[in-house]
Amino acid sequence: MLPYIFKRAVSIIISLLVASIIIFVIVQILPGDVAQMILGQYQTPETLHQLRESLGLYDPFYVRYVRWISGILKGDLGISLSITGCRIADLLLDRSRNSLLLAACASLFVIPISLLIGTIAGLKRDTWVDKMVSLTTMVAISLPEFASGIFFILIFSLTFKLLPAMSNIDTNVDLLRQFPMLILPILTLSLVILGYIARMTRASVIEVSSSNYVRTAVLMGLPTSNVIVKHILRNALLPSITVIAMNMGWLIGGIVVVESVFAFPGLGSLLLYGVMQRDVPLIQASVLFAAAAYMILNFVADLLYLFLNPRLRNP
Amino acid sequence: MEKRNVVSVRSILDRCLRVVGFLRRLARSRSGLVGLLILGLWISIMLVTIFWTPHSTSDFHFASRLQPPSLKFPFGTDKFGRDVLSRVLAGCKEVILLALTGTLLAVSLGTLIGLTTGYFGKWYDEIVMRFMDIFMSFPGLLMALLVLAVLGPGWVNVIIVIGVVFSPRVARVARGAVLDIKNKEFLEAAKSRGENSFYIMGIEILPNILGPLGVEFSVRFAYSIFLSASLGFLGMGVQPPTPDWGLMVNEGRDFIKVAPWIAAFPALAIASLVISVNLLSDAIRQLAAGEI
Amino acid sequence: MIRAVKGISFELIRGETYGLVGESGCGKTTVAFGIMGYMARNGRISKGRVLFNGKDLTRMTPKNLKNIWGREISMVFQDPDSSLNPSMRVGDQLAEVLRILKGVSPERAKGKVLSLFELVQLTDPELTTTRYPHQLSGGMKQRVCIAMALALEPDLLIMDEPTTALDVTTEAVVLDIINDLKARLNIAILYITHNLGVVAKICDRVGVLYAGRLVEEASVRKLFKDPRHPYTRGLLGCIPELGETKLTRSLFSIPGSVVHPKDLPSGCPFSPRCSLFTPECEAYDPNPTEIEKGHRASCDVYEKGMNKAMGGQPQTDDRKAFQPLDDGGSEVLKVAHLRHYYPFIRAAFTGDLGRRRTEIKAVDDVSFDLKRAKTLAIVGESGCGKTTLARCIMGFLKPTSGSISLEDQDLMVPVEKRDKRTLGKITMVFQNPESTLNPKHTIGYAIGRPLELSRGLKGEPIRKEVARYLEAVNLAVDDAERYPWELSGGEKQRVAIARAFASNPKVIVCDEPTSALDVSVQASILMLLLDLQTRLGTSYLFISHDLSVVWYLSDYITVMYLGKFCEFGKTEEIFNPPNHPYTQALLSAIPIADPEAKRETLRLTGRVPSFVNPPTGCRFHTRCPRKLGKICETEEPPELEASETHKIYCHISINELMKFKPVISR
Repeated sequence: MLPYIFKRAVSIIISLLVASIIIFVIVQILPGDVAQMILGQYQTPETLHQLRESLGLYDPFYVRYVRWISGILKGDLGISLSITGCRIADLLLDRSRNSLLLAACASLFVIPISLLIGTIAGLKRDTWVDKMVSLTTMVAISLPEFASGIFFILIFSLTFKLLPAMSNIDTNVDLLRQFPMLILPILTLSLVILGYIARMTRASVIEVSSSNYVRTAVLMGLPTSNVIVKHILRNALLPSITVIAMNMGWLIGGIVVVESVFAFPGLGSLLLYGVMQRDVPLIQASVLFAAAAYMILNFVADLLYLFLNPRLRNP
Repeated sequence: MEKRNVVSVRSILDRCLRVVGFLRRLARSRSGLVGLLILGLWISIMLVTIFWTPHSTSDFHFASRLQPPSLKFPFGTDKFGRDVLSRVLAGCKEVILLALTGTLLAVSLGTLIGLTTGYFGKWYDEIVMRFMDIFMSFPGLLMALLVLAVLGPGWVNVIIVIGVVFSPRVARVARGAVLDIKNKEFLEAAKSRGENSFYIMGIEILPNILGPLGVEFSVRFAYSIFLSASLGFLGMGVQPPTPDWGLMVNEGRDFIKVAPWIAAFPALAIASLVISVNLLSDAIRQLAAGEI
Repeated sequence: MIRAVKGISFELIRGETYGLVGESGCGKTTVAFGIMGYMARNGRISKGRVLFNGKDLTRMTPKNLKNIWGREISMVFQDPDSSLNPSMRVGDQLAEVLRILKGVSPERAKGKVLSLFELVQLTDPELTTTRYPHQLSGGMKQRVCIAMALALEPDLLIMDEPTTALDVTTEAVVLDIINDLKARLNIAILYITHNLGVVAKICDRVGVLYAGRLVEEASVRKLFKDPRHPYTRGLLGCIPELGETKLTRSLFSIPGSVVHPKDLPSGCPFSPRCSLFTPECEAYDPNPTEIEKGHRASCDVYEKGMNKAMGGQPQTDDRKAFQPLDDGGSEVLKVAHLRHYYPFIRAAFTGDLGRRRTEIKAVDDVSFDLKRAKTLAIVGESGCGKTTLARCIMGFLKPTSGSISLEDQDLMVPVEKRDKRTLGKITMVFQNPESTLNPKHTIGYAIGRPLELSRGLKGEPIRKEVARYLEAVNLAVDDAERYPWELSGGEKQRVAIARAFASNPKVIVCDEPTSALDVSVQASILMLLLDLQTRLGTSYLFISHDLSVVWYLSDYITVMYLGKFCEFGKTEEIFNPPNHPYTQALLSAIPIADPEAKRETLRLTGRVPSFVNPPTGCRFHTRCPRKLGKICETEEPPELEASETHKIYCHISINELMKFKPVISR
């Protein structure tokens, strides 16, 4: 097993490296001059030239890349152009704490509920429970986050006045008191994922229920509770790990939209700001950070799957 | 001479009948029927709005800004006094065409990649699919934002983005479908006749993977609408004054307390469209699996 | 509403094995599930009763029925691979049944599991209990399933084709176990199968099903010796008897094909295909009537006509045997010292960080000649390398060394590089009729394309040629417009044969072409192949694991084990001593459709060794019942000549081999 883990870890590092190259290449095609953006009105041919030199913009492509990567390895992600002078590493750390909070709460909320709903729907196939679940999950996966966010605001904030419409939390203030501000974003973030995981789980449960080994268990006279837990669920929930991992990636993307709708100060809105301002170093760093987070998540999911799947544990 | 004309007319008729037959089969399932109805409604609206909308989509009616829904303006007006109904109806054209073109691009590219990697295998497969995997490790929206940051907003760029973001996923599906039939004996029979690779990929394999690809197309179409609407909301899609639903929701967000209809109606429109496409993909999947 | 099964009644007695025989779609599995009361969501028993130990199962509540399942009636299914929970150790799965349903304590359960495993003759039961299903072979898994079915000591054991998915030698072992169990445990066994050879081996009484009806029932001896229903007679006529070859007689084949239950004609369901058909047969659907004690059949016509000199008896004298083409003896295909090795990189899973490169010697020094218009059969069990050999000859795989030549053309070239003339000369007929044709192409295209490639025809001339070929394989000319899903398995295989002949090949490689077909269809395909061979002089390389088909069909036979030939010779020579020990084991294991055939029992122990670590010296030594000693482990066996055409590769001398009794005596 250990060599497998080692191999996977190496492969992730390589992927990350390739990803960083991809990001760097794409971003460097950016038209528009960084130096011009910084100096703005104060640009003259000499100052532009000086700034470009100091920023190292005259160096060849690969030199700039290596400089960037070696900076990252030392913990220096560069300086933001739009939020002048701020170290990107600090910005990222600050903002990602918030986003992590949101993502973690959403995951903790979504995963158990969707697995439960999916399992029940799969076991009670074609009953009204199942049909209701199918309908609601269908709607859930069809609503883009901004649409559901707007609806939630309309319902909970404006109509019923239960929850705040904006979530501009302040990390210096006690988080627990600000928790009501987090509820709507968490709900919005969870909706699509809940739909997907529930549907996949339902499909998996249905498929396993009609397998031959479940038939064997049933025809041996085993009680239904046994059949469900030991034979159906044990095999149906294993593929869910992969689905959940995939959806966590979706969550990372969805967080950008949700933070925008609710004005939440997180990584997503930082990235959005950077894109709007064409802040090259910021964009590079945040996208790489997000991609790295997703890859690590997948790695953990892989390990979990490996550990739980008897076929892989004992070849 | 005569014969050829008759034959071509007949073959067109044949194809139309086959399409009608396909639609009828889809309509047999409940989700297919509802999906077809809603999508059909939007497509008709799209065709109509090419020529006519209740009010102009860009005319300002300064006197009637931020009006709630009324007889004159059934969906209300926005901050410039524009008719929300007309903008919602007209916006459907942008969404559908954008998403459709983007999906076509993604599916064509993805099929090409998946077909070749699945068929040729070995190092070509390894390298290309690793590359695709790395591409897929960027969440879709993130990749889209990255590319749009470079290219700038606009509808052409959104189409390109949809193609780039979704083709790896389509490639995976196509490749999986190819691998499913790769060991089938009729392919070995073709090889034993000395058929070349292009023949085998195009004439033996491709017709057999159209089923899973069709399902994937409809799924991607729904995702494309999703993605382009989200990009529109973030301001990176179609630019004003062209009516784009995502953009309209964004513009309406600031007025959510005083004029919720500005954001609500476009959001509902998006929801209904995506739901209809999802229902249809479900029905197509059932059709491909032989359940209806 | 489709009536899958109608009017079936029979009795099962303790200590007796009742065989339920029929071809695919005849309803035998429906009967089994009907007895259990385990119906699909849209099925139900509309009439009749199932009396089990005095209780009527059809009137029971689902709860009571569940108490019967496992405890009084158990079932074993066809596919052992998917019948066990993949995430539970097999020992735990059995223990679960014992603990929950019988209240046995965990320690006692463990002991019981071990004793059950010993009952089904699993080697090393202690180790097996810790294994997951994917770590066991097919034969072992099936034995585990049987053990589980017996765990609660039921009175009736229903077995639905339990050995169909297993190798011949493994099947023989499992059948022995079943026979043993019946006597020891005094249970009744309902054995469902389509294989008449298996029936002859283990069943006491037999019921024959056709289209959901019981058409005949008798003791096993009576059924084989004196069948009274045209369908049974037809079935038995399809199977070559012991010692019959193509030179003795043609195989009978039942015309037409099995009809879907919803398309059944009124009256007797067999009437469209019956040679004794009279207009009366359409009037009513006959029930089995007693002909003599213990023998029922549901055909009145036959009984009435019995005295009329076997009126229309669908059997042998109808068709002539095949005349062998003159033994001009020209060699068509010559293979010499062919080897195909490929590197096997062990995944870095099993603990070693490095990658170990071993070679898999799938084909190891194989040589043979194939003459014009002759059939050479390559016999072996799964994994012996026969498919790899075929693929090397066809050019799908690149051989490592040796030579292959077709007349004077070199076939050591991969198929992509062969020139057009060579390509058409050797073609293949594949095993699985479902995947042998492209589902999106019409039949006409499937046959027309090789015609177009080999003869450069286009348009109308192709249509005419395709029609000719369709007629030659007994298909309708209209079928050219059809798609594969519209044809039956047998018809698809005929199209595959027409396709193989389209380029006028000299050699056709037939890779188990009839294994996936029903018995009656199999016979017609074999007859077609023989017919075409006699007419066109094509040679066949016939790959199979079915010795009785091979005995009937081929001129030469070679037996293959783990990549090497064990024995090579003319058909008559192979079926009599001297023989290689493996050949003897195979002969002893194959089911033969004759309950009175006497056979020596030679069972192989152990598993087939994997290709990754083949045994040194003679590859068969790990399982050989006649192993001499150290020499078998260290040295490769020499080639012994029993006759000019008969070669055996063994360390035992020819004289010694001659002394062993023939396995099959008639």
